[in-house]
Amino acid sequence: MAAAAVAEAASEPPQQHQFPLPAVLEYPASTPPYLITQGAEGRLYKSTYLQPDIPCALKYRPPKPWRHPILDQRLTKHRILSEAKILAKCRRDGLRVPAVYAMDEAAGWMMLEWVHGAPVRVRVNERLGDRKEGIDKDEALKELMRRIGLAVGKMHKIGIVHGDLTTSNMMLSPPAENGTDGQVNGTPGSLEGEIVIIDLGLASYSTTDEDRAVDLYVLERAFTSTHPRAECIFDELLQGYKEAYKQSNLALKRLEDVRMRGRKRSMLG
Amino acid sequence: MALETVTLDHLPASQTVHIAYFRNVQNAAFLHSQLLARNPDFEYGFIDASIIVSRLHLLSAVFRAATTASTNSLITPNVHSEIIISLSPSNNISEAYRRYGISPSTKDLLVVKISGPDGPSHDDIAKHLSQHVEGDQLPVTDENIAPATDNSKVAKYYKLNGLSWLDAIKDQPQKRKEVETLVVGTLAVRGI
Repeated sequence: MAAAAVAEAASEPPQQHQFPLPAVLEYPASTPPYLITQGAEGRLYKSTYLQPDIPCALKYRPPKPWRHPILDQRLTKHRILSEAKILAKCRRDGLRVPAVYAMDEAAGWMMLEWVHGAPVRVRVNERLGDRKEGIDKDEALKELMRRIGLAVGKMHKIGIVHGDLTTSNMMLSPPAENGTDGQVNGTPGSLEGEIVIIDLGLASYSTTDEDRAVDLYVLERAFTSTHPRAECIFDELLQGYKEAYKQSNLALKRLEDVRMRGRKRSMLG
Repeated sequence: MALETVTLDHLPASQTVHIAYFRNVQNAAFLHSQLLARNPDFEYGFIDASIIVSRLHLLSAVFRAATTASTNSLITPNVHSEIIISLSPSNNISEAYRRYGISPSTKDLLVVKISGPDGPSHDDIAKHLSQHVEGDQLPVTDENIAPATDNSKVAKYYKLNGLSWLDAIKDQPQKRKEVETLVVGTLAVRGI
């Protein structure tokens, strides 16, 4: 499932829904659902959980008419359960990910905590602007890279690999005290805030250094193609990673091999 | 001070949720026996308030039970007993009744009634409750629930012991918020 929540204005106009809504969104609610993004597998709506003052993200995996109904039901159910389980584990182990509020795996939806702020990709690009020089001396940006590394390191330490690490799948969530009206999403260009890893739809349990190295490799490739001018500071991220995750040397060693051969391990099968 | 009717987002309009809170309940044994006897007049969700962290915690379980009822996939006899199992992190129904439901020793009690379109009205329920529950009725707010919460029981039942990052939070309101989030998450992923 592709990228995640996009920062948007505080009040959205009512939408004409191009796609049929899941049944749960047809029931009365204090605010109309708002389609944030559409991925390959599902859609992400902004809505509210129980009360008007608790915003939530509703991830809906609609039935796929091209699959056999029984298989479709099983795949959808399995994917929702697996993502919810991983989110709950991360949260228990103290990693900042969206909390799970509710789900109905048979109906194909899951309600998650709404993460305020903007994707790291947006904030990094705002910060870079059209600068060509001095990026390797930007201490605030380097510090952000370390914080990303810390979050990824912590995730690997608790035995989870993300499967689709990009700067779009991380949010920079400003501290709550800045949450005055209109400012909940933070200031453009500001690098303040907490890193929240989102979209764990492709995540899995793994404690092998191979999987961790591939995770880092995917992030490195994504980062250097999304922010080519900031390639020079990617190493800061790995520094943060080392700090959060004590056994990182094995994974980083493996990363060297993965860089040589690419993401896929074997040419067979 | 009376029975509150709450509107929850994303529930079918046919279901109306009423909640009430009583402290220093004197006749828990009587209410418990009515449940065991399956007296239809006492079809309520009676919840021991000592294991409830906040209003959101309670309403999350209500939401799950009502959603389950609307998709006809109840695993217990009715929507009210489903609220009790919805509070549990496990699928063990009798354990859930014992831990989260009313017991003869319950002192603080949260009551939930989910009524359909032809069910009893708000006033009927309010009257029935004030006649039969002997206790001090309070509004269902976080401030009123907090003094009744047994934190060690919550930590034990929801397996929150040994989380070093949680113990490290010194700010009590913030800690309560984190506990609430963990508990709500645990309810949501029950059974997987």
